Amino acid sequence: MPSRVPGGLPKNADAVIIGGGVIGTSIAYHLAKKDFGRIILLEKSYLASGSTGRCGAGVRQQWGTKLNCLLAIDSIKAFQRMDEELDYKRGIEFKQGGYLLLAYTQREMDQFIENVRLQKELGVPVSFLTPSEAKQIVPILNTDEMYCATFCPTDGHANPFYVTDAYAAAGERLGVEIHTFTKACEILTESEKVKGVKTNRGTVFTDVVINAAGPYSAVVSKMVDLDIPFYPERHQALVTEAVEPVLGPMVMSFSRRFYCQQTPHGSFIMGMGDPKEKPGFCISSTWQFLIETAEAVTKALPPVGELSVVRQWAGSYDMTPDAHPILGSTPCEGFYLACGFSGHGFMLAPVTGKLISEIICDEELSIDIHGLDLGRFERGELVIEPSVV
Amino acid sequence: MDKRPDKKEKEMNPDKITMICRCEDITLEEIKELIQEGYTTAEEIKRISRCGMGPCQGRTCRELLLGEIAKALGEKVGKVASTKYRPPTKPIRLGGAVKGDVNDLE
Ligand SMILES: Cc1cc2nc3c(=O)[nH]c(=O)nc-3n(C[C@H](O)[C@H](O)[C@H](O)COP(=O)(O)OP(=O)(O)OC[C@H]3O[C@@H](n4cnc5c(N)ncnc54)[C@H](O)[C@@H]3O)c2cc1C
Repeated sequence: MPSRVPGGLPKNADAVIIGGGVIGTSIAYHLAKKDFGRIILLEKSYLASGSTGRCGAGVRQQWGTKLNCLLAIDSIKAFQRMDEELDYKRGIEFKQGGYLLLAYTQREMDQFIENVRLQKELGVPVSFLTPSEAKQIVPILNTDEMYCATFCPTDGHANPFYVTDAYAAAGERLGVEIHTFTKACEILTESEKVKGVKTNRGTVFTDVVINAAGPYSAVVSKMVDLDIPFYPERHQALVTEAVEPVLGPMVMSFSRRFYCQQTPHGSFIMGMGDPKEKPGFCISSTWQFLIETAEAVTKALPPVGELSVVRQWAGSYDMTPDAHPILGSTPCEGFYLACGFSGHGFMLAPVTGKLISEIICDEELSIDIHGLDLGRFERGELVIEPSVV
Repeated sequence: MDKRPDKKEKEMNPDKITMICRCEDITLEEIKELIQEGYTTAEEIKRISRCGMGPCQGRTCRELLLGEIAKALGEKVGKVASTKYRPPTKPIRLGGAVKGDVNDLE
């Protein structure tokens, strides 16, 4: 992902994508694969500088709604063949060590029973485990106070910088023009139709603009006078020193709000949600996060307490009221949304790129996502996801 | 837990390598290659190569990396944007951040 700031912006393009995270680069690649014409991607900083480069990069199929399951199942298949499909020499470091989800309350256990039934129906190879069965999969797990767990061996995680880099490079080979350090400042419209994008490096005229601006999606939507029910919310993470492999799966609890995984590099990445966090763009780190995470994670995985914390950081979750993304067209003709992934946009990037390119090319959708349009909020047809950290 | 037995093994000619990042075993040659490929910001090189992501937090390699980028771009080092400094300043034991953890006097 070279720091692409060569010549100036072209005068005209067939599509302009705003945002160089994993979503924007995936859309660029998939549109280019369909020969859409001249595709420009604008990124105000460097690629993966936003949420993508800050995420836990976990990929799971264990969701509580049919739509999230279907989207994740499709994406997992894409991650499995990504090195080959995108011809990415570094490799995206996709590790399918599974996800082990822990239940600590009766209510959570009831939800898990329901989730597993749904997931099995859809073909996810998930199993319902007793605490002692869970301990067989993760020997360092402390099962005190645990009710049960669920495990899916084909869940996992990948390297978010490499996935973004892979999509960007494959897109460029197909002719996508990526302009980093180029900020979309204004979207030109004419009687509710997109006409172009004004940037700090010039204006490009186009009939199609795709909003993949991550936490800034509401700001970009405002450029066409569109209000979307979206808000950014800080989420923090930390990483330890690297040690030999001891933890196969990602371990996660919704009620205790933490997740913890060991990367192929050997380091442990962990994070935690904070119910007191207010919407906003702040992404600084706090010492409170370090303490709360240390308490939650060392309780569940005691030996991890021996490891040194090397670095702490934060990023934004891209939240919608129902924790599902907003995908598709808008009342402003030519303006498309691919945002609001609510903390799981990394894993949905492959399928999102495919679906958005199908929508823009007016093709039949490979998964029916009409329920994820912007209109659902006005219609009151929310699809609430119960299983998020 | 055992420390990482040995970091990823690389084919290296000991006469020809200059180590830039000692924590992650990143050589000058690798940095130059990445710059050649077009990764010309310190943040990108850090993310792609892990240069500066080890336990020392880039204490040695950050300046060396900025120097190499400056050289390649024909800029003054002071003009090249540094990577962000992140907490903790020195690594601390995760368990040490838990309330009620024993200290070594007990
Ligand atoms: C701590 C943390 C942990 C997470 N863990 C996971 C996980 O385990 N699994 C998972 O699937 N997801 C996870 N997520 C969520 C995931 O990171 C996001 O959903 C995903 O990265 C969204 O990708 P994106 O491309 O839409 O956004 P981004 O990566 O933020 O990309 C948007 C880009 O748009 C650019 N931009 C914004 N405004 C403009 C403008 N006006 N002009 C030009 N460019 C602009 C930004 O600079 C940015 O680079 C996590 C997030 C955080 C913060």
